[in-house]
Amino acid sequence: MRFHGLRHHAATLCIVAALAAHPAAAKVISVSAATPDANEKLQEALILAQPGDTVQLGAGVWKLTDGLSLDVANVTVRGAGAGEGGSILDFTGQQGAGEGLLVTSDDVFLTEFAVLNTRGDGIKSKGADRIVYHKLRVEWTAGPKETNGAYGIYPVESSDVLIDSVYVRGASDAGIYVGQSKNIVVRDSVATENVAGIEIENSHDADVHDNVATKNTGGILVFDLPSLPMQGGHNVRVFENVVNDNSTPNFAPKGNIVASVPTGTGVLIMANRNVEIFDNVFDRNGTANVMIVGYRYEHKDPKYQPLPKQIVVRDNQHGKAGYAPQFPGGDMIAAAMGGAIPPVLWDGAGDAIVLDKVGVLSLNLPDVKTPQSEAKPAPADLSKGTPPAALPTIKLPDTMEAKVK
Amino acid sequence: MKRVLAAITAALLCSSGGAAFAPPGVDQAVVESDAMPPKLSAFGLFRGNDPAQPAAGLSYTLRAPLFSDYTEKHRFISIPAGKKAKVADDGVIEFPVGTVLVKSFGWSDVNNGRPVETRLLIRRASGWTALPYIWDADGKDATLALGGRRVPVSFKSPDGETHSIRYAVPNRNQCKECHSLNGEIVPIGPKARNFLPDPAASDKLRGLYFENPAALKPVMPQWDDPGSGSVTDRARAYLDVNCAHCHNPAGSASNSGLFLRWTDDPAGVNFGVGKRPTAAGRGSGGMDFAIAPGDPDHSFLIYRLESTDPGIAMPEVGRSTVHREGAALLRQWIAEMPKASH
Repeated sequence: MRFHGLRHHAATLCIVAALAAHPAAAKVISVSAATPDANEKLQEALILAQPGDTVQLGAGVWKLTDGLSLDVANVTVRGAGAGEGGSILDFTGQQGAGEGLLVTSDDVFLTEFAVLNTRGDGIKSKGADRIVYHKLRVEWTAGPKETNGAYGIYPVESSDVLIDSVYVRGASDAGIYVGQSKNIVVRDSVATENVAGIEIENSHDADVHDNVATKNTGGILVFDLPSLPMQGGHNVRVFENVVNDNSTPNFAPKGNIVASVPTGTGVLIMANRNVEIFDNVFDRNGTANVMIVGYRYEHKDPKYQPLPKQIVVRDNQHGKAGYAPQFPGGDMIAAAMGGAIPPVLWDGAGDAIVLDKVGVLSLNLPDVKTPQSEAKPAPADLSKGTPPAALPTIKLPDTMEAKVK
Repeated sequence: MKRVLAAITAALLCSSGGAAFAPPGVDQAVVESDAMPPKLSAFGLFRGNDPAQPAAGLSYTLRAPLFSDYTEKHRFISIPAGKKAKVADDGVIEFPVGTVLVKSFGWSDVNNGRPVETRLLIRRASGWTALPYIWDADGKDATLALGGRRVPVSFKSPDGETHSIRYAVPNRNQCKECHSLNGEIVPIGPKARNFLPDPAASDKLRGLYFENPAALKPVMPQWDDPGSGSVTDRARAYLDVNCAHCHNPAGSASNSGLFLRWTDDPAGVNFGVGKRPTAAGRGSGGMDFAIAPGDPDHSFLIYRLESTDPGIAMPEVGRSTVHREGAALLRQWIAEMPKASH
């Protein structure tokens, strides 16, 4: 097992007990990796499952050529584990579909399996409310490559999303990506060697905590982008994460927004309001531990709000940072400041409060229209001002928490 | 009551001038049940179960069809006796419960022209259901393939090139991925703007199938007939049918913000013009915009249409070859756009 920080190992027996307690009508549909036409049989099982059923994936390596999909509500897809010897859905020979597994129904529980080497995204859920991703591994096994799929775990347009104890490696965009959704918890997970480790985009009400984001290009991103059906990202808390050594050179295909993330970024907030960054442990992020910026590309969306607003950074632990800043002129600024820029970097637009006892470098760009070439980098004191009221803890429906207990 | 209905049915049959209408062959009990019969013959949709001989119905074509690996598609509609479809004000055709849209896919140079698969879209009381059937090797019946299948085929495209592909018969969920509006299954092609009833069908016959057949006025041009519309309008028609079933605010690609319906503003950012990639991954091809006006080589919409790589290709399902002729039309459309001042 490559998992770290799984706090629910001891719960396996409880899960067995819970299964036994299912109502009589619910059934377990077991599919074996060794079945001839396993791809077709597994897909059939996912189609024929009734609400309440469990589709049980046998242990072994499943060689799959076509993406799978689930459109039945309240179904559990359970494997025999996400590590070696578990249920490994191997898409190395994939010939069709934009992802390995697509879920489009509500109340689905995905647990204890791995999805490897998909051509596009790993596991996507769209319009799938109350989805639970638990003890999964999504990995591109050759490590960072531009030819890897974009997102590892990819819920979008959903309410109530729980991502718990997953491991994602090698995504050419974001390992864990939550888009255009609300009421979100991402916890106890590991994102490594992705372009973005964890990304919350065009979403609101999210808690991202107790994760490890390491060796990505950027560890944790909170973004809002224009011209999308849901925008105005806000109310995001990023806390008690370990965000270190995000040093992988950016390998995203150009054109995508994450292709602009500087290597060595810890947490990056772009164009959001009410974001709290606290109680995290940062270390060895060569550009900055925390970066707060506006959206600087041209856009034609009059409803779009491109500035970061009401950002609070407090009580974080800062190790080494800013020693290899990957933005134009960064090396010169670092040299002028004694070899490293401060661990918190702000482009100067919008507003933020930084209560950590570390330096802040502002590029003093007063708005998103001013080109970066006019940056006037200088230390800034963002400790003044009154922080907005603390955001509440995200509470998910009890039925979701019960699934992972 | 039943007797009255039977009398009406008989009258309708007479008035259809001998054309097959609501024939005894179609088993409406099966059609309108929740059944998923393992064999296509259970529906009685074909005479002698010969896919070339629909037992009933009105055949139709589309001004712009969905590209499916150069398959030739034979389509017909079966509507139960005494019921009619209605063209709504917005051009959507409302079909009564018991309707079956039947579509057979094949190539003239594969299996002596016999179809490889037949897909049914059935209007049941609970909504539309999609069922894919693959014809058996002996050609006598077709078997339900809920989980989809890849079928190796070799065929020539119109430009004379031979393609050997593993043709993907979609699974039932993939049917819905395209045929989806707000999470419910809906037909794609049969909209008034795109729908061409069999020209041999008499007005009387059309009147048997439609309450308001005069409303069947296809406003979209024939995508591949330059005489039928401008390059822009033919490109819009092509995008409407090949992309907009997902790329609309209630479709499978709603989150992309790229909306390509006939009714969308073709100059707008949400039509792709100057639109940056969203969740595109490798689909961006290193380019900044879905459509870069005047520059098809830097428009990743073209890049994705011309790819067969599952992480890049659009549409995501239903295509293992590149539709060169469709891509050429879209290239011309983008090339003729005035360059923007980005």
